[in-house]
Amino acid sequence: MPVIQVENLHKRYGGTVAVDDVSLEVHRGEIFGVLGRNGAGKTTTVEIVGGLREADSGTVRVLGLDPVRDRSRLREVVGLQLQESQLQPKLVVREALDLYASFYPDPADPTQLLDELGLTDRAGARFEQLSGGQKQRLSVALALVGNPQVAILDELTTGLDPHARRDTWEVVERIRDRGVTIVLVTHFMEEAERLCDRIALIDAGRVVATGTPAELVARATAEQVLRFRPSAPVPVGLLEHLARVTHSDDGTIEARGRDNVVQDVLVALAQHGIRPENLRLEQSSLEDAFVALTTSVEV
Amino acid sequence: MSSTSVTASLTGAQARLTTVEARLFLREPSGAFFAVLFPAVLLTVLGLVMPWADVPFDDQDPILSQINGITGYAPTVLALAVATVGLSSYPQTVAGYRGRGVLKRLSTTPVPPSRILVAQVLVNLAALLVAAVLMYVLGVTVVDVAAPAEPLVLLLAFLLTVLATFAVGSVIAALAPNAPAATAWGMTVYFVSLFFAGVWLPLPLMPDAIQTIAGWTPLGAGSEALAAAWYGQPFPTGSLLVLAAWTAVGVPVAARFFRWS
Repeated sequence: MPVIQVENLHKRYGGTVAVDDVSLEVHRGEIFGVLGRNGAGKTTTVEIVGGLREADSGTVRVLGLDPVRDRSRLREVVGLQLQESQLQPKLVVREALDLYASFYPDPADPTQLLDELGLTDRAGARFEQLSGGQKQRLSVALALVGNPQVAILDELTTGLDPHARRDTWEVVERIRDRGVTIVLVTHFMEEAERLCDRIALIDAGRVVATGTPAELVARATAEQVLRFRPSAPVPVGLLEHLARVTHSDDGTIEARGRDNVVQDVLVALAQHGIRPENLRLEQSSLEDAFVALTTSVEV
Repeated sequence: MSSTSVTASLTGAQARLTTVEARLFLREPSGAFFAVLFPAVLLTVLGLVMPWADVPFDDQDPILSQINGITGYAPTVLALAVATVGLSSYPQTVAGYRGRGVLKRLSTTPVPPSRILVAQVLVNLAALLVAAVLMYVLGVTVVDVAAPAEPLVLLLAFLLTVLATFAVGSVIAALAPNAPAATAWGMTVYFVSLFFAGVWLPLPLMPDAIQTIAGWTPLGAGSEALAAAWYGQPFPTGSLLVLAAWTAVGVPVAARFFRWS
């Protein structure tokens, strides 16, 4: 049975449709990405799953619980890290964890949690004294202090510098290793590609694709591009049957194709004793897939 | 889990939340000073330096001629103490918590966010009680403030002033779109209230029209009721009814419009 099951979720605010029709399943122990542009309906979806908002229609089950009817039980087993949620400026890190731990029947050990999130040496600091990354990690710690089975992390790394972002990613992987199922809301492709086992791509309130990052990339046009400067003139017709070839004025050749185009082009060049200099290779990323799957324009 | 253990853990959580909020209150030194110490400092300093402090409050009035000037000012300072927590500290803190997402974060836990509002009310009430006792003790021992003529009426007037003021503070916290707005509204209401409570000019010296308006404001009515009880004037039925009305209107309005995020 999936840990989270969402069917035909619909939610509007006045005349604005925030979530049109979202269905998804999250399995135990995975990191599930909810990926989409700003305003695509990601946050509304997870806030309904977390019992903070009520859907207009559709069904949601989290560990078999209805987030509306079983709200109080849901609170004990689901940890929510909200977007842009601050704490009292003068609240001390350790104090915050001890306080939130006292809200749960079977809390995690705050000391251990601080250690795992790399906050031990900041335990005595006030919230206002923390860096952006430390605030986010404290926020994650508070979402985990109740020992939840499911953790929902919304825009975890937005506003963090690249270093802090990477540290936070390691934290997310460690949480998964503890057996917690994670729903990660993000608009960063790199983050989703690096962390998520599976992804639901949401656009304009609808799920446009679900699958592993590799599956989503494959579903979009998975074209590969080689750019190089040949060490000797390339015989006419050598590459043309392998790839779409364009020659630039500066002598650079660009070859585009699918499947084994990279190996085929390199082998053909090698057979003629030509070295591809300044070789650069571009592969379709999740970002390309995202663009391909969320824009209505043909690609 | 049984319902008793849920209740027990909620009681424990409420106690912890209140303790933490009390510590946070004390970590804002200027806020804590104005809420806890300022009323006592104001009354004592005025009592020591003002020439009117030890002359009769009003020679012409049979009751007011029996008390000195600083005793006449004591109920006003008490009203100021109520306003400082009820109109300034409490609504600003609550609106700030909403703006920062503290209330929303709390609503993701098993403890409802209303618990932090309860904690805030308790902490501000505790600060007010300390302020009132300090003010009274210093007033009586240092600057010769007379004990209130009707202690029980004073207690009733104080209770209703607190209720009405916190009701208005709750409305500010509920309706202000963000923390800066709550501060602006709170401070405006605070200073206007202090004027009507007679902090800058004693009510009896104000024009009749102003006195009439003051009698309809929560802090003006509070100040009048506290004064009547302290001086031993007739039972302030009208003022107490005004206070009760502000409470009866303010609480449901605040509850109706309060947003958690």
